[in-house]
Amino acid sequence: MAERHTITALPGGLGAALWVAAAVAAGLLPLLSLAFQAGGPTLDGAVWAALRFTLVQAGLSTLLSVVPAVPLARALARRQFTGRGLLLRLLAVPLALPAIVAVLAVVSVYGANGVLGGFMPVYGLPGILLTHVFFNLPLATRLVLEALATTPPEAHRLAAQLGFSDNDVLRHVDGPVLRARLPAIAGLVFLLCAASFVTVLTLGGGPAATTLEVAIYQALRMDFDPARAAGLSLLQLALSLTLVALAGRMMLAQASQAPLRLRQQRFDGHSPAARALDAGMLLLAVAVVAPPVVALVAAGLSHVALSAALFSALGWSLAIGGVAALFATVLGYGLAGAAARLPQRRMWFEGVALAGVMVPPAVMATGWFLIFGRNGTSRAELFLLVVALNALMALPFVVAVLAPQLARLAAAHDRLCAALGISGWARLRLIDLPALRRPLAQALLLAGIMAMGDLTAITLFGSGGILTLPALVYQQMGHYRGNLAAGTALVLAVVIFLAAWLAERLGAEDDPH
Amino acid sequence: MKRFSLALAALVLAAAPAAAKETLTVYTYDSFVSDWGPGAAIKAEFEKTCDCDVKWVAPGDGVALLNRLKLEGKETSADVVLGLDTSVTAEAKDLGLFGAHGVDASRVKVPGGWSDTTFLPYDYAHFAVVYDTEKMTTPPRSLDELVTGDAAQKIILEDPRSSTPGLGFLLWMKAVYGEQAGAMWARLKPRILTVAPGWSEAYGLFTKGEAPMVFSYVTSPAYHMVEEKTDRYQAAAFAEGHYLQVEVAGLVEASPEKALARKFLTFMLTPGFQNEIATKNWMMPAGETSVPLPEVFGKLVQPEKTLMFTPEEVRDHRRDWIGEWLNATR
Repeated sequence: MAERHTITALPGGLGAALWVAAAVAAGLLPLLSLAFQAGGPTLDGAVWAALRFTLVQAGLSTLLSVVPAVPLARALARRQFTGRGLLLRLLAVPLALPAIVAVLAVVSVYGANGVLGGFMPVYGLPGILLTHVFFNLPLATRLVLEALATTPPEAHRLAAQLGFSDNDVLRHVDGPVLRARLPAIAGLVFLLCAASFVTVLTLGGGPAATTLEVAIYQALRMDFDPARAAGLSLLQLALSLTLVALAGRMMLAQASQAPLRLRQQRFDGHSPAARALDAGMLLLAVAVVAPPVVALVAAGLSHVALSAALFSALGWSLAIGGVAALFATVLGYGLAGAAARLPQRRMWFEGVALAGVMVPPAVMATGWFLIFGRNGTSRAELFLLVVALNALMALPFVVAVLAPQLARLAAAHDRLCAALGISGWARLRLIDLPALRRPLAQALLLAGIMAMGDLTAITLFGSGGILTLPALVYQQMGHYRGNLAAGTALVLAVVIFLAAWLAERLGAEDDPH
Repeated sequence: MKRFSLALAALVLAAAPAAAKETLTVYTYDSFVSDWGPGAAIKAEFEKTCDCDVKWVAPGDGVALLNRLKLEGKETSADVVLGLDTSVTAEAKDLGLFGAHGVDASRVKVPGGWSDTTFLPYDYAHFAVVYDTEKMTTPPRSLDELVTGDAAQKIILEDPRSSTPGLGFLLWMKAVYGEQAGAMWARLKPRILTVAPGWSEAYGLFTKGEAPMVFSYVTSPAYHMVEEKTDRYQAAAFAEGHYLQVEVAGLVEASPEKALARKFLTFMLTPGFQNEIATKNWMMPAGETSVPLPEVFGKLVQPEKTLMFTPEEVRDHRRDWIGEWLNATR
């Protein structure tokens, strides 16, 4: 029986993995070939300083983002309060802001002229950490919340009937889920912070704050030194793979309980201490995320110019975000499905999904250009390249959302479906899609807003007639139009907010039956 | 949305047999052809003088432009490349793609004159430290005063590894201090608020009021005076002279449209092109204009001395000088 699940899960997973592998190969191989023509990949002494700084800032950023995300997600999971939906939507906004917009928003709160100016130093490591937490605390919280939602509802019922204390619930109910998912979530946040570029340079204060990504950019774009770029990329890849392997070791197999389809209801968190903790965490989330978002709204409010350029950029952003989200979700569904059915190969499939944050986008774009773009790209081809790169970069988030839910679903339904001979399209339509509404909506949302807010792909391939909202922001800034740029950034933030609302509506689960 | 239907129409038209009009493909940087850039007006003006289409291709910023040429090599579809600056022209020449421009260079108006037979300038500007008069009453009057001045009055710089102005400041330091540049970078370090990846980030921080000074161009105050009607932001005149950036164009030797390309380069120094430069590219025109510059350009700092390395010197030493900066300020 088990073999049969394995076989049916494989084509989707393998297909997705093959696509990712081909995309990465198309990115890396042309660069490696150039590097070998130039005498082979090289590294020099300056690399080790960059490596050390990368590890320190990404490690600290991850700690500061993921550790508070756990109590924050638990607070969101077990409390119903007015404004909960609003808070969740607010938490979506930082995810899609181009780095420079977030940096300027953080600076206008904590910088020289900020409301909270002087509260903490903005330039140097503290500012980098603050901005990374602004980006990644919401992300980690969302992913932990998704993981907590996979706990079978009867576990919480049973815990309540047995009179579990809050600590017991944390240890025996949430604990296993957290142990199963946290290493992957932390790994993803770490890789994102390690690849951070604009934030690190803008707030870093000087060249001491140089990450590997900056060194790769320099080698590839300024010096056009393929040998050095290849050496650095391989180093970054090795670092990422080590990290993924480490996270894989730390991850416990998720308990395969077969839950009924009941809406999850929690009974913990009624002690005064728990109430205080939850209130504190929710306030912390608001304190971290709200001030820069408010600053962004305040800066942009009187400068929204409803020009043709703005609507065109909005159209391109929605198109790129929508298509990239669909593509990433299809790929992620395949990978997460295979990971769920092949527990012993789980890290392999989930690791493949991380390719987009392991290989520097500048390398991918250069390689793809050499293969697909040499003789000029039409706008349609450019659109596909941008969508493909964005889908690759969004894939880790999709899999992080879908993997725990698919694991739960596989445990719950695979045997019964096999016994009843339900497979393929029927299985997808009757069993999986209804049960996956919420996580699928979340995956589409995350991938979509990441792609909508992305400036990397469009910058690397060159605008070529495609001007998205983030690209418009950047163009306006480049022409002294900082105020207009603030208005455009506000439009982007509103679109994300609405997308988060739409995802909640689409993902709303039916009444339990 | 309108763009979408236009794009669709363009696709349909592209599928139909195109009229036998000549097309001139010009590679440039993206801000040149953005809504605020001079690209659209220049295209229209040039198309009046020829029975041809100008097709702009903008692969990104100035650095991306050169990279695109390196990646494409002989297969490039560019007829003209417009937007390289004098810190990369030696590297660009080494690609072996460019032919002689063949235009009378005596018509070129850039400080120090022009003798390059491959690349032809279309605009220029001296770099400058721009300061906020509301935050700073006595700006530095020399690079030396900037380097040794009050560390509480910060400056925002750009990274020479990712930005043209960033490289410009590095070259300025080197041109003034020579062997002492490393030591002087170390002196300047406490005054540097941060080193942004590009001009946009640095200038964004500056106008948010993060620091009283930013590294930019002598022409920057013109934007604020013309568009925002404010004298708040001014450039500081430096006694040692100012480093110069010249933006140039060249024609691709192997282009099938070489005659048209040469015609474009000739046109580049005429009012049809040059009139658009001052208030759309915010640089100084390098050729003849038929409308006077806005009055405020007369108020800008006019550097008495121009500092500049040859493109070959920049090509040969850039990496070492960046290394020197890294070691001194790390």
